[in-house]
Amino acid sequence: MSAVAAVLVQLCVVVAAAPGVAGVTRTVRARAEGRVGAGVLQPYRDLRKLFAKRPVQATGTSAVTLLAPVLLIASSMVVAALVPVVTTLALPEIPGDLFVVVSVLLVGSVAVALLGLDAGSAFGGMGSSRHMMIAALVEPTVLVAVLALSVPVGSSALGQIVAARLDHPTTIASPGGLLAVAALVVVVVAETGRLPVDNPATHLELTMVHEAMVLEASGRDLAWIELASWLRLTVLLALVANLLAPWGVATGAGVVALVVAVVAVVAKIAVLAAGLGAVEVALAKLRLFRVPELLAGSFVLAFLAVTAAYLV
Amino acid sequence: MNAVDVRTVGRDDLVAQVQGLLADGFRVALVAGHDDRTSLAVVYVLVKGVDDSRVELVVEVPADDAWVPSLAGLDFATGRWERALRDQLGVEPVGHPRPHQLVHHAHWPDDYHPLRHDVGQPEPGPNTGAFEFAPVDGDGVFEVPVGPVHAGMIAPGHFRFSVVGETILQMKARLWFVHRGMERLFQGCTPDEGIALAERVAGDTAVGHTLAYAMAVEDALGLEVAEQDRAARALLCELERAYNHVADLGMLGNDVGFGILNVHASRLRETLLRLNDQVTGHRLARGAISIGGTSLRSLPDPAVIRHVADEAAQLVDIALGHAVVVDRFTGTATLHHDDALALGTLGYVARASGVDTDARRDHPFYDLGAEFAVVTETPGDVMARFTVRARELACSLTLVTTLTEHLAGNLGSTSTAPLEPGPARRSGLSLVEGWRGTICHRVELDPTGHLARVAIADPSFANWPALSVALADTIVPDFPLANKSFNLSYSGNDL
Repeated sequence: MSAVAAVLVQLCVVVAAAPGVAGVTRTVRARAEGRVGAGVLQPYRDLRKLFAKRPVQATGTSAVTLLAPVLLIASSMVVAALVPVVTTLALPEIPGDLFVVVSVLLVGSVAVALLGLDAGSAFGGMGSSRHMMIAALVEPTVLVAVLALSVPVGSSALGQIVAARLDHPTTIASPGGLLAVAALVVVVVAETGRLPVDNPATHLELTMVHEAMVLEASGRDLAWIELASWLRLTVLLALVANLLAPWGVATGAGVVALVVAVVAVVAKIAVLAAGLGAVEVALAKLRLFRVPELLAGSFVLAFLAVTAAYLV
Repeated sequence: MNAVDVRTVGRDDLVAQVQGLLADGFRVALVAGHDDRTSLAVVYVLVKGVDDSRVELVVEVPADDAWVPSLAGLDFATGRWERALRDQLGVEPVGHPRPHQLVHHAHWPDDYHPLRHDVGQPEPGPNTGAFEFAPVDGDGVFEVPVGPVHAGMIAPGHFRFSVVGETILQMKARLWFVHRGMERLFQGCTPDEGIALAERVAGDTAVGHTLAYAMAVEDALGLEVAEQDRAARALLCELERAYNHVADLGMLGNDVGFGILNVHASRLRETLLRLNDQVTGHRLARGAISIGGTSLRSLPDPAVIRHVADEAAQLVDIALGHAVVVDRFTGTATLHHDDALALGTLGYVARASGVDTDARRDHPFYDLGAEFAVVTETPGDVMARFTVRARELACSLTLVTTLTEHLAGNLGSTSTAPLEPGPARRSGLSLVEGWRGTICHRVELDPTGHLARVAIADPSFANWPALSVALADTIVPDFPLANKSFNLSYSGNDL
């Protein structure tokens, strides 16, 4: 199979698994808290319900409200194709470069921030403002962490970084590599709006970040937005999983290798999603103005990672 | 319970009288208005905690020249009572610094006064706009309107935040969206029929309001309640305090994203609600208190109470051992002692700001013994309100155990109010420490023994303005937490 086919397989796997990741996270959290929970399949049912509904647009909204959900889902799909989830093979036309991945993620972030502003509601504006504050603090960390990861490999292409780790497993446990992954984990938590930065389970409009921006979205639009945010969570979890434990990732396009890779990555994501749900039980949400301190901490980790990468 | 010192005063003498009483340590517990058909009467109820003194100042006001001198300069809470009375009875407080609408819905006509005897249903008119929000100007100041319909399952209230960035400059709350005409519904009922209404003044304070109502009627009729029945009432009060406090502890955790606290607190609340059901036949403990008596179905199981107390103590330890939870609670929405005192706050809100007030000690109807102590904290922040609740919960559950032992299987007695003719003006007053704070009811009976007027003061009426004051320098995302730490009633406030 060609690289294109392998990437298509990867895209299908990620899209199919994304609602499941949300479901596993919620269910594990519910069980750990002593609740029954709605079940792993609830996000799939939510999507089925939302896709059957026509979106309602607030009066006074512009084309942004129509375009933002599409842009968000499209950018998330591109990210899902670029990041080595199932295969380290890259599309010949688009480099699977980390800088490209970060930029595409940012396109989605900006789209949803504009969506929050478009309806003109105060909550949306507050959500967008907070989201941009967090995004601005996340970006430097991502770039520095990427630099640390790319130094030993000599390339910032994610596929090559993961492949190099597969070939030389000792680099995974190197100080630079571990620090960079630790910094990335904090960034993933902030970027995907999980505790302690944002609380995806809250109904309190005034405390929301991501939820506040999408308050005005409904029906199919909301379905796209929800799916896109689950996609981002899934892809970023898979990236962390493959950086820490690259075994199983397909470096070629053979059918057997792909099947093994799919099974391996689903297992890895499931473990991480369950871990995320379990850890969130013990976390509380930080005061908004403490979030920069957390992100500054992750930046320091990333900076140390770069230093370590050059020294070691 | 001390007898009420009723004084009839003239309009010109009112200010001096109230000034004297306030200087003597009294506080205004309630201002009630009556339409006696020939004239109106405004009753100022002042009480003093130290020796449980109660004074009523009755001012006769001609219906066609309805005004009283405003006392807003002497006491903040009285100024709000005057605004409520202006809306409901049409008595103008002369000299009031902010004589704006309070209770009236914006679509009610200005001259509609629902407590006048000859009014019908209001004709909803255009929004009169008599009641604008104070504009806040400046570079980067913008307004965030929230409500009256909220995302959570809570009652309607509109909050208008003026903010710079995330910092709140000013928050104005507009409530009174759910006016039920509660006080008017009491009129003409027999005292026994009033019980069902009192149980519904505020759903979560069924015991507090029913008890206050029953005690006010008993005061008016001169009924004595047996010691066992009073002990049973104290027991119900503490059970109600316990289930509400434990729920609040969990919801404060939930508002900082610490959901596990809420899940387990909700489980304990459910245990206590089922206990209420066993004890009274109703999960909110309705139906036990009657005029002159209290009748229980069973006494609570001390083992269950001990179990709840242990688990609640564990939950509090978990919350206070969590660095982020402690950080979110500490220093958030501080209500300073002086403000709490000046605003006339009541209940745990006042006690968390170091104001030592508790009707269980100040206006007792039953001696709770050595296990009872008034809980106060000084900082006045969310943490203080959390800690006060946690300590009161422990105290309440201890009291439930000792009261159960004291009752020793005695389930109290049911009685009904005698519907006997009497003198023209028989009034009764009561003060009860509900779980939110001191509830005050004043009842007046007509010559046939039916209810002529029931005036109700829920502690939320006194505490709502304190929320706005506490929010200064708080950031917008901390508002839900601050709001929950006050947990004020919408229905108790808007009768």
